[in-house]
Formats: sequence, structure tokens, C-alpha cells
Amino acid sequence: MNVDEIVNGIFSKNRRALARAITYVENELPGSKEILKAIHSRTGRAHVIGLTGFPGVGKSTIMSKLTEEFRKRGKMVGIVAVDPGSPFTGGALLGDRLRMEGFDANKQLWVDPGVFFRSMSSRGRAGGLAAKTGDVVKILDAYGFDIIFVETVGAGQGEVDIVKVADTVVVILMPEVGDDIQLSKAGILEIADIFVVNKADLEGVEKTVRWLRSMVMMSEEVVQTLSTLTHADEARVLSGEIFKVSNHWVPPIHTTIADRGVGISELADSIEKHYEYQRKSGGLLKRRSSRAKIELEEIILGEIKNLIKKKFNYTEILKEIVENKKDPYTVAEEIISKLCYER
Amino acid sequence: MEEKKIRVVLAKVGLDGHDRGVKVLARFLRDAGFEVIYTGLHRTPQEVARAAVDEDADVVGISLHSGAHMTLVPKTIQYIKEYGGKPEEMLILVGGIIPNDDIPKLKELGVDEIFIPGTPISTIIEYIRENLKKKKGSINER
Ligand SMILES: Nc1nc2c(ncn2[C@@H]2O[C@H](COP(=O)(O)OP(=O)(O)OP(=O)(O)O)[C@@H](O)[C@H]2O)c(=O)[nH]1
Ligand SMILES: [Mg+2]
Repeated sequence: MNVDEIVNGIFSKNRRALARAITYVENELPGSKEILKAIHSRTGRAHVIGLTGFPGVGKSTIMSKLTEEFRKRGKMVGIVAVDPGSPFTGGALLGDRLRMEGFDANKQLWVDPGVFFRSMSSRGRAGGLAAKTGDVVKILDAYGFDIIFVETVGAGQGEVDIVKVADTVVVILMPEVGDDIQLSKAGILEIADIFVVNKADLEGVEKTVRWLRSMVMMSEEVVQTLSTLTHADEARVLSGEIFKVSNHWVPPIHTTIADRGVGISELADSIEKHYEYQRKSGGLLKRRSSRAKIELEEIILGEIKNLIKKKFNYTEILKEIVENKKDPYTVAEEIISKLCYER
Repeated sequence: MEEKKIRVVLAKVGLDGHDRGVKVLARFLRDAGFEVIYTGLHRTPQEVARAAVDEDADVVGISLHSGAHMTLVPKTIQYIKEYGGKPEEMLILVGGIIPNDDIPKLKELGVDEIFIPGTPISTIIEYIRENLKKKKGSINER
């Protein structure tokens, strides 16, 4: 399959072309840039949903159940599931697919033509996603999936790259997983559009939900309001009225028992509601613009790096810096001015 | 440009419930630098085929001990074609207790190699590395 066949294949809903396009992009094979250029005009139509959370909280199980739910609602669902890969051997064991189950014997998710599942290795990268996950999402988008799920690596430390890819971020917790400090440190609370406390069949759900609620309610705005209140306002505090000051999106908190499908349709409703809200409020456009900016800058930097490698003798330059003959700031200025002004 | 990673879909087809062997194999293949998609127990030929196509597998490893290999393996290959895949560009490997008489028949049907229980994993890894690049017209041809 060459690049033209791949691009035309994507536009005519050829699964093998889709699968092959992902392989090209993931491995940066020659031609991958052409594929991404060709499909760009058809992107931006899918609702991209990120699922993140500590290892084993039930991300894949929830994703499988949500896929069933959105299939019932008539949506085509594309999935990218990222699992950790070793930076040393380069290998990976990708196991998220394992959790995909069918909803009835004749129409299993595994063979449902309206579902596409792709496993991806992080290839040793931190942040919860692979370097090319965003580009893979674009390919799925161009192919025509209505909903695209992205499951992050579950490592529990700063897996926040998902905000760069997803329109709606679902943060999944379970009872008794880590303490407040660990969760706050991981930085995943701030990125949530929707919270899920999964494994509600286990003890301690109420405690986790209560704690989450207090975190969500204590937005900056509310703290500000509280600080200006007097005793006279006590009734408003007790009734919870003051917490409703915000007309921003307040992340809802769902409880689920994913392996039994409990709470899934409510969660799906919330996900759709958030997308609607984002579309109407302009939040979607804002998020996508800042994503485009990050992406553009990354591409530019990459191109500049390649250019420098081509035009300059790095080994020589680095040697001068290490031997204190030149400082890196001056060298950088020299390189930039040569790149910009000498054609 | 990075080197293209070798993607392996490993499946346990049929009714029998042992997957310790495949899981161990999966770990060794990972340590050898492959990206291994482990698909779990009791997969049907359709499910394995779909995974092979969607995951753009270079290697499909089918493990079975149930004795139904002469129907399940060809079915898997047939479904890969049906879903738009090119089994002839993939390495199709079968693991399990396969009677000697059936080995040439399976190869005739499109299986590249059969590994009986007890085959050293290094042999399998070596086999994949050597034979993938000989696949005519495939993305791995060297
Ligand atoms: N008790 C209970 N177990 C659950 C529930 N949901 C999922 N599990 C189990 O939790 C385990 C992990 O589920 P996964 O869906 O693989 O979790 P994950 O977050 O995708 O895991 P990683 O991808 O490895 O980080 C599995 O054994 C599930 O069956 C639940 O609601 N209650
Ligand atoms: Mg998972």
C-alpha cells in the first residue's frame, strides 16, 4: 500500500488503509507527513474523549461499556489505548484490548464494524500518551468516527498530556486509591471535566465521593466568595446556594460498577452534555486552538532541529561549549541568525 | 526516522483454558523488543482476524490445544482476508500439539510455521526476525 492508496482508502472507509496509516504515523515512516497533510481538512468532526486514572482503576472496562452505550446511540467509535512500553528494549505488552467484551453474542464489539480498536505503546514516553497519539486520533477522525476514546497509560504521575488531545477528559478513581496528597500531586484532578469513582461495589466509595466533592466545590471562585461572607450569610452557605455562583462547567461526579455496567448510561449522558456545553460556550474552540498552537510549535521546532542537524556540525559546536570556548547562548544566537538571514 | 516496530497479535483460540504458555511467550517477545497485543482466552477466528487487521499485525500467533486446528486456523486466515487484511503479508504462526500429518496441510493453507510445545522461545524470536523481512510486497520486506 502506498501513500495515495492509504489516503484514498481512509476516505473510502477501508479498514486496512486506516490500520496502515496509523502504522505509518506511529513509526514516522516516509510518507507519514503526506498522509497527515492530506487528511487534515477532514478532521475536527469527532468528539474526542480521554480516559485517565491510576493503573487498574477500570479505564478499559469503562471504555468497553461506554463503547457499547454509544453504539446503541448510533455512533461509530474509534479507540486508541496506550499502554507503557519500555524505553530500553523498545518492546511492549499491550493488554487493554483484553477488556473489550461484546454486548450480545451476535454483535460483539470485537467484530462490530462500527468499532475500531488500536493498541499503542507509549514507547517509554512520560505524560501518559505516545508521541504520536494525537496524530492517530486525527486519522480516526478523518476516517469518520463520531466518538474517539483515548485511554492513557495508568502510571499515576502527571499523566496530563491527555488534555492536549481530548475534548472531554474523564478522570477515573476508585475507593481507597492513594490519599489526597498523592492524587493532588499527580495533577489529574485539575484536568477533569468529569469524575468517575469506579468499583462502587467496594467499601469506601462514599468517602472518596465526599472528598472529591469538596475538591470540586472549592474552586477559586467559591473560596473568594467565602472569604467575603459574614455570619449573616450562614443560611446561604448551609443551603449550598453560594456554591452555585459559578456558571462555569462544574465537573460532575459519577459512581460506576463498570464490570456490571452500573452507572454507564448516566456517564455517557454527562459526556454528551459536556460536549454540548463546550460547543455552545466556545470552550471547544478555545481548547482546540491552544492545541493547534502547541502542535504547530512542536512541528516548527522539529523542523528547525532537522535543519540545524543538516547545516551545522553539532559535534564540533558541542565540543566548543564543553571546553568553555563558547557559551551556549551565544552559539544559539549565532545558529538562529545564520538560519534566518543566510539563505 | 525510527525503525518500524514489529507488532505481534497473540491469541488463544478455542475452548481450552490454559494461557500460561502464551502469557510467558508474550513477555519474552516484549523483552525482545516486539509490541505484543495479547488478546486473552477463548477468542473466535473472527475476533483474532479483526484484531490482526485493526492492529496492523506483522505476526499473528495462534495458540490452540483443542484439536480443532484444522478448522479454526483456516477460518482465521479466511476472516483476515474478509476484513480486508493480507494474510500473505503477515507471518501466521501456530503453537500447540499438532499431529505431524497436519503440519504440511496447515502450511498449504497459509500457515508459515508451527511451533510445538517445548520450542525454545529464542527459536521463535529468531524465526520472526529472519522471516518477516522475506515477506514479498509487505511493509517489512527488506
Ligand atoms: N470490583 C470491581 N472490579 C472492577 C470494576 N471495574 C473493573 N474492575 C476490574 O478491575 C481490573 C482492572 O480493570 P481494567 O479495566 O483493566 O483497568 P485499567 O484502568 O484499564 O488498567 P490499566 O490499563 O492496566 O491501567 C479488572 O480485573 C476488572 O475486571 C468494578 O466496578 N468493580
Ligand atoms: Mg487499561
